[in-house]
Amino acid sequence: MSATVLRGVRPYGEDPVDIVIADGVIVDLVAPGSGDGEVIDADGLIALPGFVDVHTHLREPGREDAETVRTGSQAAALGGFTCVHAMANTSPVADTAGVVEQVWRLGQEAGLVDVRPVGAVTVGLEGQRMAELGAMAESAARVRMFSDDGKCVHDAVLMRRALEYVKAFDGVVAQHAQEPRLTENAQMNEGELSGRLGLAGWPAVAEEAIIARDVLLAQHVGSRLHVCHVSTAGSVEVVRWAKSKGINVTAEVTPHHLLLTEELVATYDPIYKVNPPLRRAEDVEALRAALADGTIDAIATDHAPHPREDKDCEWAAAAMGMLGLETAFSIALDTMVRPGLLSWRELAQRMSAAPARIGRVATQGHDLVVGAVANIAVVDPSASRVVSGADLASKSSNTPYAGMELPGRVVHTLFAGTPTVRDGALA
Amino acid sequence: MDSRARTVLDDADIGRAIRRIAHEIVEKARGSEDLILLGIPTRGVALAHRIAEAIDAIEGTHVPVGALDITLYRDDLRLKPARALEPTTIPPGGIDDRTVVLVDDVLYSGRTVRAALDALNDVGRPAAVRLAVLVDRGHRQLPIRPDYVGKNLPTSLAEQVKVEVAEVDGVDRVTIWEGEDA
Amino acid sequence: MKHLLSAADLSRDEAVLILDTAAELAAVTDRSVKKLPTLRGLTVVNLFFEDSTRTRISFEVAAKRLSADVINFAAKGSSVSKGESLKDTALTLEAMGADAVVIRHQASGAPHRLATSGWIGGSVVNAGDGTHEHPTQALLDAFTLRRHLRDGAGDLAGLRVAIVGDILHSRVARSNVLLLQTLGADVTLIAPPTLMPFGVESWPCRFSYDIDAVLPDVDAVMMLRVQAERMQAAYFPSSLEYSRMYGLDSRRMAMLPEHAIVMHPGPMNRGMEISADVADSPRAVMVEQVTNGVNVRMAVLYLLLGGRQEETR
Repeated sequence: MSATVLRGVRPYGEDPVDIVIADGVIVDLVAPGSGDGEVIDADGLIALPGFVDVHTHLREPGREDAETVRTGSQAAALGGFTCVHAMANTSPVADTAGVVEQVWRLGQEAGLVDVRPVGAVTVGLEGQRMAELGAMAESAARVRMFSDDGKCVHDAVLMRRALEYVKAFDGVVAQHAQEPRLTENAQMNEGELSGRLGLAGWPAVAEEAIIARDVLLAQHVGSRLHVCHVSTAGSVEVVRWAKSKGINVTAEVTPHHLLLTEELVATYDPIYKVNPPLRRAEDVEALRAALADGTIDAIATDHAPHPREDKDCEWAAAAMGMLGLETAFSIALDTMVRPGLLSWRELAQRMSAAPARIGRVATQGHDLVVGAVANIAVVDPSASRVVSGADLASKSSNTPYAGMELPGRVVHTLFAGTPTVRDGALA
Repeated sequence: MDSRARTVLDDADIGRAIRRIAHEIVEKARGSEDLILLGIPTRGVALAHRIAEAIDAIEGTHVPVGALDITLYRDDLRLKPARALEPTTIPPGGIDDRTVVLVDDVLYSGRTVRAALDALNDVGRPAAVRLAVLVDRGHRQLPIRPDYVGKNLPTSLAEQVKVEVAEVDGVDRVTIWEGEDA
Repeated sequence: MKHLLSAADLSRDEAVLILDTAAELAAVTDRSVKKLPTLRGLTVVNLFFEDSTRTRISFEVAAKRLSADVINFAAKGSSVSKGESLKDTALTLEAMGADAVVIRHQASGAPHRLATSGWIGGSVVNAGDGTHEHPTQALLDAFTLRRHLRDGAGDLAGLRVAIVGDILHSRVARSNVLLLQTLGADVTLIAPPTLMPFGVESWPCRFSYDIDAVLPDVDAVMMLRVQAERMQAAYFPSSLEYSRMYGLDSRRMAMLPEHAIVMHPGPMNRGMEISADVADSPRAVMVEQVTNGVNVRMAVLYLLLGGRQEETR
């Protein structure tokens, strides 16, 4: 049995150890320098459980010009992720066992992270008929998360039925909360700025009203609900209330909603166009506080690659979405860990354990203890880098952080014991 | 006043020059009928009014005075930031078949006068156009010559000439100095 | 000043300079030889992604009177309708040597995009973008107000102006609020609450839902076009109700002070926001607004192109 040793690494920023890994599992935690096996130098670096993303757009099948399962997996690994949930809005839509199995298989072939396909809730994401959720759950892809992400399951009856139906296989509906009529042609957060810029407003209430309805539905039918990309202070309040009532709801926030605000839209540069839109500074504050106190369970990237031409245009014509996988850790470090809102252990909860639990991924999100599957991100919080779209592994380059100096760096990533990233490069 | 500058004409000199120009204009035009004086903003306009007053004093008539802004006709527009326009006022009756005397403070390269002739062309068709300047400092770049000159002031290219008039600057004075703009 | 993208870009002095320049140019427009050699050799492109014959012609006349070469590039009948992007169109215009691009676009911010993307090196003039701004319209409105109510000089300090209609969707209203405020005027927006922009409370102006309460205290009233299509989106119940509550008819015109003028950026919806007798009354200055539009646009083109350009090419 050949062992790998992460030498001198500090789990959760605590005392340094050697993590000894064999057969994809952590087999020993020993004093630094005493572990036996092939050494990966991690002296002074911090080890965290491999990150799990419950919200990733890998674009394959259909938009391989923007991203493929392989390039997306590479971006994920470089970002310290060991598992991503591939959203269903591909072409064809992932609304059948066939498509989710195809994505799952592509993930296996890439072999860099667990690619967990998300199944569509409704056929073609059209919000009319329920997709074959059971077939997707039973397929080789073992789908547990269902979402029409990009579109809201706005029909209350359909949403209720989906929430009920997935109970049979412990699934979860991940709702993209956006009341469609209130957001027709919407371009940015509705507020004083949208009025001034002449861009159709996207009111916070369009998100909050759906979340309120859905938590009540989940309560009524006793189901599990997950809320995608919470973006407003009001949404936080609704989720907090729901949790206080014992409703089985989880929520995610994206890195960009933890950092960026709507003022960026005044540039009219579509790199900042995203769904849900960038909101006010007060919302950012509320989201950080909610992630800190656990009201929001997880950071999810909503990694949304778009080819250049879909951003190289006027605002209204541009596609919505931003890259996130390769910068998520840095943003989390910058917005949550450095200001003291999250400890390293809490960050591990938000980026690994909680999302793994939401997606029901048994092999992910383990604590760094003996017997755990060796999904590990090794990070250097003292490093920093200037982001450049061209340097990213993603096939697209639509990062809103281009030119910004971000703290932290993912040095090594181990996926089930195998290094996928070493010294900041794909292994 | 800049310490490097030296005064070449004072208010008395300028007054004499204006009266002399007025006499010459009347003499050459054989009277003041059909005369129009058009000053080139800014200081040329003030000078045009003073020459007109002097002619009126000699002839007992009333010579019409106007202003002709040449900014939009300049050939060096793109060398400097866009300039504010000065008013153009053409006396009632226009310039057709009249003798127009253009009045400017300094004649130098001749480009301003060239622009003024173009501008005049768009306003009407005078019987004749004459040129009166307070100072001719030489260094012409175009085949243009003044009809009436207050003072010929041979200068080097390194020198600057500045005309001040009471209406604009609060003082009547012509100064000259070496070097950059004051 | 390299571009004119928003009325907010203009300081009071810059705005007054444009108005003063327009006033001097108006004198030229009155004479028989209307053409000036000022912009000879320069190329102005009218890039219109949205139909607007009046604005395009106004810019075209303005550019031609300054001797610029004018290229009209309309989205209809050009490659834009075949799906060419704004970027490729811009690169084409750059290759043709456009010194200024006058752009009308249905997307808010398209002129900003053109000016800041690096696709073109010339000046960009916003001729109306989406529901954002239309700065030259605001300038011509300010010019008209100044001529009638401030003897054609200085700024508009203390002038009271009401803007009535579909403020929410109006680029004219946005630019006017910004510019008139810069020039010292006191603007009141009047519309049903559904057609008032979100966050209007923080705009540098007043607002009211009651036209009758405001009209007796204004020096000018600017009526905006209200599209009947807005009814479908439930902004108001019917044309009839709209015109009854917010339309300017002779009864309401009589409430205005004697000196007050009536303005409209056009095209008018007679019988909707303005009655025919008001539109044709001597207090209505719509025709003059059109004339002033040419002078103001000449002034803008002269001030953008008539001097040294920053070295950005």
